[in-house]
Amino acid sequence: MKKRLVIIGNGVAGSTLALKLEQSERFDITLISDESPYFFSRTALMYVYMGHMKLKETEPYPRAAWDRSPISRIRGKVHSVDLNQRILQVDSHGEKVDLGYDTLVVAAGSKPAFYGWPGEHIDGVLGLYHLKDLEQLEKWAPNAKVCPSAVIIGGGLIGIELAEMLLSRGIQTTLIIRESHFWTSQLPTSDAELVESQIAKHHLNLIKEDELSEIIADTNGRVARITTKSGRHIDCNLVGITTGVAPNIDFLQDSGLELGKGILVNSVLQTTDPNVYAIGDCAELIEPSQGRSAIEAVWYTGRLMAETLANTLAGIPTHYNPGVWFNSAKFFDLEYQTYGSVLPETKRPSSERHFHWRSENEEKAITLAYHRENKSLLGVNSFGIRLSHTVFDRWIQEQRQIDWVIEHLKEAHFDPEFSKTHYTQISDAFVSNH
Amino acid sequence: MHSYQITKEQKTFTYIGLSGLGILLLTALGVPLSASLALGLGLGLISLGVLGYTYSSYASLGAGIKNTGLAYRDLTSRGVIAWVSGVLLTSFYILLYFYSEYLEGLIRIFDGFSYFLSGRPATQWFVYGVFYTLAIILFGIKFLVKYRHVRYQRLRTLSIIFFQTAFAFLIPELMARLNGDLPYYDLKSVWPLNYYLFDGYSLDGFLNSGSLGLGLLIFGVVSIVIVTPILTYNYGKRWYCSWVCGCGGLAETAGDPFRQLSDKSLRTWKLERWMIHTVLVWVFLSTVAVVHSYLLEQPDRYWISPNLFLSSIAFLVLSTLGLIFWKRRNWLAKDAKTAAIVVGVIIIGLLGFHFFSGNTEVFFIPSAQLRSTYGFFIGAIFSGVIGTGFYPILGNRVWCRFGCPMAAILGIQQKLFSKFQISTNGGQCISCGNCSTYCEMGIDVRAYAQKSEPIKRASCVGCGICSAVCPRGVLRLES
Repeated sequence: MKKRLVIIGNGVAGSTLALKLEQSERFDITLISDESPYFFSRTALMYVYMGHMKLKETEPYPRAAWDRSPISRIRGKVHSVDLNQRILQVDSHGEKVDLGYDTLVVAAGSKPAFYGWPGEHIDGVLGLYHLKDLEQLEKWAPNAKVCPSAVIIGGGLIGIELAEMLLSRGIQTTLIIRESHFWTSQLPTSDAELVESQIAKHHLNLIKEDELSEIIADTNGRVARITTKSGRHIDCNLVGITTGVAPNIDFLQDSGLELGKGILVNSVLQTTDPNVYAIGDCAELIEPSQGRSAIEAVWYTGRLMAETLANTLAGIPTHYNPGVWFNSAKFFDLEYQTYGSVLPETKRPSSERHFHWRSENEEKAITLAYHRENKSLLGVNSFGIRLSHTVFDRWIQEQRQIDWVIEHLKEAHFDPEFSKTHYTQISDAFVSNH
Repeated sequence: MHSYQITKEQKTFTYIGLSGLGILLLTALGVPLSASLALGLGLGLISLGVLGYTYSSYASLGAGIKNTGLAYRDLTSRGVIAWVSGVLLTSFYILLYFYSEYLEGLIRIFDGFSYFLSGRPATQWFVYGVFYTLAIILFGIKFLVKYRHVRYQRLRTLSIIFFQTAFAFLIPELMARLNGDLPYYDLKSVWPLNYYLFDGYSLDGFLNSGSLGLGLLIFGVVSIVIVTPILTYNYGKRWYCSWVCGCGGLAETAGDPFRQLSDKSLRTWKLERWMIHTVLVWVFLSTVAVVHSYLLEQPDRYWISPNLFLSSIAFLVLSTLGLIFWKRRNWLAKDAKTAAIVVGVIIIGLLGFHFFSGNTEVFFIPSAQLRSTYGFFIGAIFSGVIGTGFYPILGNRVWCRFGCPMAAILGIQQKLFSKFQISTNGGQCISCGNCSTYCEMGIDVRAYAQKSEPIKRASCVGCGICSAVCPRGVLRLES
């Protein structure tokens, strides 16, 4: 007898899990989503708005693969979960349906975090996460005629993506950040400066050390302007809220599952109910591994958690081990990669030292973090230089000495062939600094 | 409505370019214009249009990926303008190949230029050569500006422009001036792309032109048998397909705005494998048959007899298949193995049957017919009319992907015996799909990248655009 495996959410976590277990003899799989009929790449929403790709082209697996798969897919929204009866109440195509399960996996993702600002629900205020957010954006900011100017609150990765999107349609855009430099919750000032020079180059208006206080509507109930804590009044037709995301777990509030900010899970991604697991953005690890956070809303952790859980459900209990932290992004034309830990000034212990090198045109840079005493490599940020993930992952785990790393940097080279390299300059700069 | 329509300046330069085309069209329609004026003005306005468009589109922006709006624009997303352009391009090819008398007025204004280069009057092929080379130069410059931040793209495009201008256009014209009997020979065009190399008239042409002719013919044979496998082993098929080849050159430059239109479905991939390898077998059989009947017609002229020729071909086929099955058995898909065996058996069977039956037609069909049908369907219809005429509908590498026998041979070498591959960077892939979307060969690059697997595909021409458009630095071409 096959067991009923129900997965809530068809994002990268839910879809990866479903496909991994597709051929399994153990499960009949049902995948529920109220967002889209096919798994699309959330990270590519910006490219759809900017016309680099059509939505269908962002779908990581061809539609034909889903259509011939034994996985049942349901369009619907889960309202509540009954853990005792093992039943989900699903709102599907206007009907309430009860759906039984033997094993439940919650992969419901995130939602944009709104902090209760006055006016945050008026027309033209949106986050950038859900497919619906893209529809809203097309509605309120189709072009510079309908939407001459926009304000974005919060300057993380999504904030700058949204700015690039709006600017591509000629919409004047202002980005308001709380900090004194861009994304200093993550970046050292040396690195933030580089991103800020991209921001200036692309005519994005950056306001630092200010915060939203109120969004004001016009007589039609549409965004007209905002006011800030420092007393600025800015006229605008759209407000993007990109102050971060929060786990999408409202429907579980009364379920009896133990919740923190997200759904609490142990190292095999199991919740407090042994039949229920949680993966991806909505999962909160009770004991995250060294150097990692309890909730990590990034693409690859969703995929990794799904792959780990697929093993466990296939009968090989596997602990979630994301290894050394890494990530990447693109700030306008500036590519960014990071491996290990490079802490910003505000969070940096005195034992952590940085070496920063930057090309003359400010289009390439590298920041290496290492331990002041034992000189071992802690992490790297690179801008405009592509570095090999496998090589840096190994060096950080092996706690390679910074001198050795500088000398062997070439081995981590991942730029396209014939690219201009800077290894001699970097090594010269390092020697003259130390 | 979104705001990704072309700007006023872009529109102006488009009209300037089109007015140049208009002037050339008038001469084709027989309007009596001064030849040098029409030629200068026509080509001048076209150049001004393309370069001005390039300047107004990319030069003012910083260096970086410039695909904004492509998915919305009519021309680049199979809209009305795309269909109209496709029909016009296709009509031009049909006139060029089959009704060149209607282009007489146009051809005559190129006489002066042609006399200057080769001392001969212009033909429709000379006119086509000028257009083709000009397109690669102008759109090559556009490509250079667009991808100026990637050195691989800069070098590759300069190489394409050089090989087209010098090898495909100037050298053959100048060689004709030196030796009028020498057949047109684009040195970089290797058999089987250059399927007419071993035609009787071509062989006669070379062999009657003294040691230069003989040297060229030997160069042609050495190119395919020795040079090609060595270069492909070291660098992958890209050394040819996206650095040297003229068909690839036009696709990479003039065809660049259409690369996202190539179909990525599994069904198309299957179709592609069957089609391209069928064309390869066809050109192979047709060439063998043509050379065989050529030898048969002049039995005492050459040291190689028709039967010795056929035996060496049989030996070549058997040893190639033998090598593949000996060394790379496990790299081949089941249907590829079956097809290879079936084709091998048929070729050897036909050759064997021929030996014992004594029929003069080695493959039963008269060799001239085999060759002329190939020339018509593949040489003209496929590579020209469909291959280029359908850029705005099917993408820019239709010919290279479904029809080019040279790409098929290089692809087999690349898949089975080459150091070339595209490496992926650990876990950095975010499955966004830019790589797959902009792959002109219709390879689902993302399918490999999101599994952190290297990409080793026969069809990859190594254009490097997947690596350029990747926002996370995941892909790197390596050899």
